[in-house]
Amino acid sequence: MRFMEGSGQMEILRVLCMRLLTTAVTLAGVAVIVFFVIRVVPGNPIAMMLPPGATEADIARLSALYGLDKPLISQFGIWVSGVLQGDLGTSITTRQPVLDLVLGRLPATLELSIMALVMAMLLGGAAALTGTRYRGGRTEGTIDVANGVALSVPDFLWGLVLILLFGVLVPVFHISGRVTPSLDLPFVSNFYLFESLLRLRFDLWADIVSHMFMPALALAIPLAAIIGQLLKQSLKETMNLDYVTLARTKGYGETRVILREALRNAALPTLTLVGVQFTFLIGGTVIIERLFSYEGLGNMAIDAVINRDLPLIQGIVILFAAIFTAVNLVVDLLYTLLNPRLRHG
Amino acid sequence: MADAETLDGRSQVRRRAGLRLWLSAAWLGTLCILALFAPWIAPKDPLAQDLFLGRMPPAWVAGAEPGYWLGTDSLGRDVLSRIIHGARVALSVALIAGAITCVIGATLGLLAGFLRGWVDLLISRLIDIWMAFPPVLFSILLIAVLGPGLWSIILAIVVIDWTRFARVVRAEAMAQGAMDYVASARVAGRGRIGTMLREILPNVLPTVTVLLTLEMGIAVIVEAILSFVNLSISTDAPTWGGMIAEGRASIHQAWWVLVFPLGTLFLTVLSFSQLGEGLKDRFDPVLR
Amino acid sequence: MSFLAIKNLSIGLKKGPPLLRRVSLEVSSGEERGRVWESGAGKSMIGKAVLGILPPSVEVTGGEIWLDGTDLLRLPLAERRRRIGALAALIPQDPLTALNPSHRIGPQITDRLVDILGWRRADAEARARDLLTEVQIAEPERVMRAYPHELSGGMRQRILIASAFAAEPKLIVADEPTTALDVTVQKQILKLISQMQARHGTALLFVTHDLGVVSKVCQRLSVLYAGMVVEDSTVGDFFAAPRHPYSAALLAATPKYTDPQAGLNPVPDSVIAAVRAEVAAFDRSAAHG
Repeated sequence: MRFMEGSGQMEILRVLCMRLLTTAVTLAGVAVIVFFVIRVVPGNPIAMMLPPGATEADIARLSALYGLDKPLISQFGIWVSGVLQGDLGTSITTRQPVLDLVLGRLPATLELSIMALVMAMLLGGAAALTGTRYRGGRTEGTIDVANGVALSVPDFLWGLVLILLFGVLVPVFHISGRVTPSLDLPFVSNFYLFESLLRLRFDLWADIVSHMFMPALALAIPLAAIIGQLLKQSLKETMNLDYVTLARTKGYGETRVILREALRNAALPTLTLVGVQFTFLIGGTVIIERLFSYEGLGNMAIDAVINRDLPLIQGIVILFAAIFTAVNLVVDLLYTLLNPRLRHG
Repeated sequence: MADAETLDGRSQVRRRAGLRLWLSAAWLGTLCILALFAPWIAPKDPLAQDLFLGRMPPAWVAGAEPGYWLGTDSLGRDVLSRIIHGARVALSVALIAGAITCVIGATLGLLAGFLRGWVDLLISRLIDIWMAFPPVLFSILLIAVLGPGLWSIILAIVVIDWTRFARVVRAEAMAQGAMDYVASARVAGRGRIGTMLREILPNVLPTVTVLLTLEMGIAVIVEAILSFVNLSISTDAPTWGGMIAEGRASIHQAWWVLVFPLGTLFLTVLSFSQLGEGLKDRFDPVLR
Repeated sequence: MSFLAIKNLSIGLKKGPPLLRRVSLEVSSGEERGRVWESGAGKSMIGKAVLGILPPSVEVTGGEIWLDGTDLLRLPLAERRRRIGALAALIPQDPLTALNPSHRIGPQITDRLVDILGWRRADAEARARDLLTEVQIAEPERVMRAYPHELSGGMRQRILIASAFAAEPKLIVADEPTTALDVTVQKQILKLISQMQARHGTALLFVTHDLGVVSKVCQRLSVLYAGMVVEDSTVGDFFAAPRHPYSAALLAATPKYTDPQAGLNPVPDSVIAAVRAEVAAFDRSAAHG
């Protein structure tokens, strides 16, 4: 058995290397596409930045400063070599290093995405478990219909619906921004949610959550529906298996049987799909952040496009792509680790 | 031994599928009529501004202006008429963008899945790269590149969403390509392209049809999102997304400016999706 | 005093044909009873009805199931499950699917002791080790830490047998426990079940289609056709002189390896017709009565 474990580990290593290779190719492709696509953008960012009445010489000088006068290929080369050393260039609109800007906004988007993921798992899991526990009745039917609607409507619309319901009709949550502007924030990092917990500042934490709740929920609803549907289907199949029947004869109640015996086996196939859908969720932060004026990466991205801030656009797109591929990698790794059959070669 | 549970389940699903199909088809059909005959159906001119009639509530609320059934926006334009005219943009984008995305995506998927080899390698890599882009950001970027306009939006949707069709059709084509009836066609002397078109395409068609309805719903949403960020069509023609953007801004003063276009959009997207689900159930040979 | 007494049990598909027709049988403590049927799912249904694990499409249409003095069918579902869990256990048919692939072997034996009966974990694990040794598994510690897919079918069936005896049940239902195994392994498993049953004094309800198995393991047997009991006697009496023509035909149909020249004797059509007529008569009287 020890020999088999060894070869199992070799296999995992080999697969990991292959995945890293394809990831590198993908990221390279993304870099190429974004770089050349935005160079075709009409509208000279330099001209937009300078006050009206700027001379041709001024424009030319600033262009040279940002290296925009060089041929495209060399511009690309400069940018790529910079990226590989950790320098993403300088933002045209704010004159600050792109890396700083991007890393400054990243925590906000990460916190939002992860909060949405947790909400989606809780909601979807609850829907699937309840539908399985009370299957065959009206409860299951209602859950199915709710799932269907939640699945069919994208996060953008849910965001708007939530704004109407809980921002205007029954104003419970905030519908704009990340935190109440008048508050004094003692934070060191931009991980407001996390740090407020660490510092035990629950007043701040509550304020932040009440700002994040709506956008996170909007992002969560479609994913929750997918999880709910898939997990319920998976549970349904698992509940018919022999070992579940055997567990019933041991005297366990129905709820216990579902949670103890069926859940772990049913959840595994759901995992891979959730991983892919999570990347879609992260992509959705672009418009949701805009909708809720949430100061994250997505919101900054839209402004960057409107202002034709080329280096910033490139930096954000590459970062998103890196996050997506990282998530896919983690999901595959988790699946391999959690599946006892794969783990033992 | 016949399993009573399965038999009951089948008839239940069939009933639900029928209802879904008819309800969504009814709504979409109504929209089509509204879009086609908008100038004759809409009570007012959607572009006509009247600042004295700005932010009038809908007809059943006190203080409403008669004739403006769903109220007016901040520039005094009739909400109902704007929604009806907005259907024109929404449906044109849905139909055209949906169709083109479907054709291009399905073709590439078919080629990749059936021909395999370097064609598959190339297209699969391309799909991976494409899917690493956040879709909304990509579309906004493309509109910035292409400039505003109906055809820019359609092009942007096609460029972003072709992967949806390509992936699914590729998988189906690979599965079908391994089946026996394909081998017999080849033995009978049909060329590769011929086999692909004659044998595999018809079997892939049901999946493609379902995806098409889904894509149309997505196209409407993308257009709405782009309108929302002011990157949609360049004319003043009303769009649901533009109305929503406006409504979001004046949400506390005039909720109806947001609610009605939002509701229409919601029902439309829901209908496209349920239409797809209903068709999928219809096509499922197990249930037929 | 019988530990298990099934009285006039009828079950059938919901809105469908009956599967069991007023079946009555009893099992005393320490006795093994076999049940034989030609084919189909009906004989499993008796075991499943007793243990409360009938499939959702099947319902009980009449009769009583008395376990240790209580009619299980009159109890609410949760109470019924608890009682069955405490008094009975199942040796399932397919060892390859009856163990949870995500859990190690150890917990699958000890869980009911710890969770439901309130044992201390250390005591439960000691008992598991003892049982695994009883079913002739070497290295019980290693096996307890293993996952099901690492073990052979024969080994898994031994584990399932050990697990069934874990809570000292008064009744064990063995649902064709050797069908999914190699012929060579079958004999060992049968012997094992017999030994365990004798040692622990458990009542055993053994479901099988194989008369040979019945002759080795059981003391009494019931023969069913189409869910109806056609014969009920001790094993000795049955093999010496079966009373019902169907039973006689079944015996005659069993290939005898001692006489390779003898042809195969399927159950004659006339016998089938006769017993079918019996069933039809039963159904008619059931519809009126």
